[in-house]
Amino acid sequence: MSDLIRLTAAELAARVADGSVSAVEVTEAHLARVDAVDEKVHAFLHVDREGALAQARAVDDRRAAGEPLGPLAGVPLALKDIFTTEGVPTTAGSRILEGWIPPYDATVTRRLKEAGVVILGKTNMDEFAMGSSTENSAYGPTGNPWDLTRVPGGSGGGSSAALAAFQAPLAIGTDTGGSVRQPAAVTGTVGVKPTYGGVSRYGMIAFSSSLDQAGPCARTVLDAALLHEVIGGHDPLDSTSIDAPVPPVVEAARNGTARGLRVGVIREFGGEGFQDGVMRRFGEAVELLTTLGAEVTEVSCPSFESALAAYYLIAPSECSSNLARFDAMRYGLRIGDDGARAADEVTSLTREAGFGAEVKRRIMLGTYALSSGYYDAYYGSAQKARTLVVRDFARAFSQVDVLVAPTTPTTAFAIGERADDPMAMYRADLCTIPVSLAGNAALSLPCGLAPEDGLPVGLQIIAPAMADDRLYRVGAAVETAFAARWGHSLLEEAPAL
Amino acid sequence: MPGITREEVAHLARLARLELTSEELDHFAGQLDDIINAVARVADVATEDVPPTSHPLPLTNVMRPDEVRPSLTAEQALSGAPAQEQQRFKVPQILGEE
Repeated sequence: MSDLIRLTAAELAARVADGSVSAVEVTEAHLARVDAVDEKVHAFLHVDREGALAQARAVDDRRAAGEPLGPLAGVPLALKDIFTTEGVPTTAGSRILEGWIPPYDATVTRRLKEAGVVILGKTNMDEFAMGSSTENSAYGPTGNPWDLTRVPGGSGGGSSAALAAFQAPLAIGTDTGGSVRQPAAVTGTVGVKPTYGGVSRYGMIAFSSSLDQAGPCARTVLDAALLHEVIGGHDPLDSTSIDAPVPPVVEAARNGTARGLRVGVIREFGGEGFQDGVMRRFGEAVELLTTLGAEVTEVSCPSFESALAAYYLIAPSECSSNLARFDAMRYGLRIGDDGARAADEVTSLTREAGFGAEVKRRIMLGTYALSSGYYDAYYGSAQKARTLVVRDFARAFSQVDVLVAPTTPTTAFAIGERADDPMAMYRADLCTIPVSLAGNAALSLPCGLAPEDGLPVGLQIIAPAMADDRLYRVGAAVETAFAARWGHSLLEEAPAL
Repeated sequence: MPGITREEVAHLARLARLELTSEELDHFAGQLDDIINAVARVADVATEDVPPTSHPLPLTNVMRPDEVRPSLTAEQALSGAPAQEQQRFKVPQILGEE
């Protein structure tokens, strides 16, 4: 295995900048890794070999001309297939968009290109980001590099698997109810859901617009911070993007500390449904925070008990509306247009053929929750439950600086295990959903392997809205302390592929 | 709260423009019933005095200057269309014959 693929993004960028390696060499090393392992992992839906090498050459040319390079110039990245990429296929994991070539770049895509980041290709995902395992992709599941018979989490399982399999040091995910944090937890990587509105949604195919948030994925806290700074910030093309500077995340990641920090442990996350090994590693992480000088207390957030239920009404409701755009008229698949059928029949036949089971379930659930006679009982009640979650966070953050919880109740489950049991699948998001409903920021980083199955466990750190830098300050301190204890990073324990 | 029947699922599928098969109707009816029973608990906490939250940000009416800006060409906008004619999206008939 080439040494280049083991380096962090920060290290790679430094080597490209000082000329000890070219961006083309870095890109070729990662493309070779993709060629060697992706048949087994299936992290990528599309590898853009020529585009990646062209972008790398451009970085090398800029360096040769003496132009300044950004902090991630020449570093390869795996982009979730939910972001539009001009001239490169974008499917969102759905059959209904098979073969679609977007005519424009998402703001995230454009900012990556402007920063000289090398986009290797598009990663696998649950269809339209609906799922917690990547099994809902129309193009087949992705394997977890720790154990290929297990899921890499979802919806951004392709992005997290690409990191854990050393196919890319950086990736982008989107988090609606946990789709960045949960895959990070079960693959032993780092994933951040920024404050809602912190990263532009322009060109990010919409699932649930009041929840969807793009976020950085990496193998280290600093790399995630560097990527956060590249993609974050106000965008006039997204009216819900926050018009304020990006919190100082890189500065925070470079100066990790937990000294004097008030940390709240969320009492509601534990007990039935939580794997013993997950709770054990989580407990050790909390003890570690104490030894690092944090002041740890227990905090109660009783509304979190109904957050999962509220989410599975709000997200399907918004999705049933957002996915109405897939009508077989302007882009994507069209089925049954024989000259005799009317437009709405063609639409219905196309959506039947183009959407998978989970997307259909959620569209119907949302249609039901929004229908007259049921609206108040379901969607209306869920919006009130959302208010209670917001209030619990506000109360908690009047007492503590950050909250901590396990990212997921269990380690990676087996492919197929929950595939036809929607409620069991939904519970994978139990600990990540409250943050999504309230719109604040959270980070997941590895806190060890569960003793019973040897699979990664994630520690979730939660901060108030627009205090994303706190995540990185604490996360970097925890990461350094664990690395000192283990003598290496967790991913070095992953089996060879 | 009442459960959801196969007939209701068929009605929802029509509203949502999904031409479900008979097998799918059977399968989804049971699953949707389970999900709805599980999520109905939100009604227990949704008391009169709690206002709804529709969005995490308190934004209203974000405006931009009313000016001409670069946009996609007609060719780009039509590039993904299943069918097109004379720089327009070509669609099946929408209104009846009579």
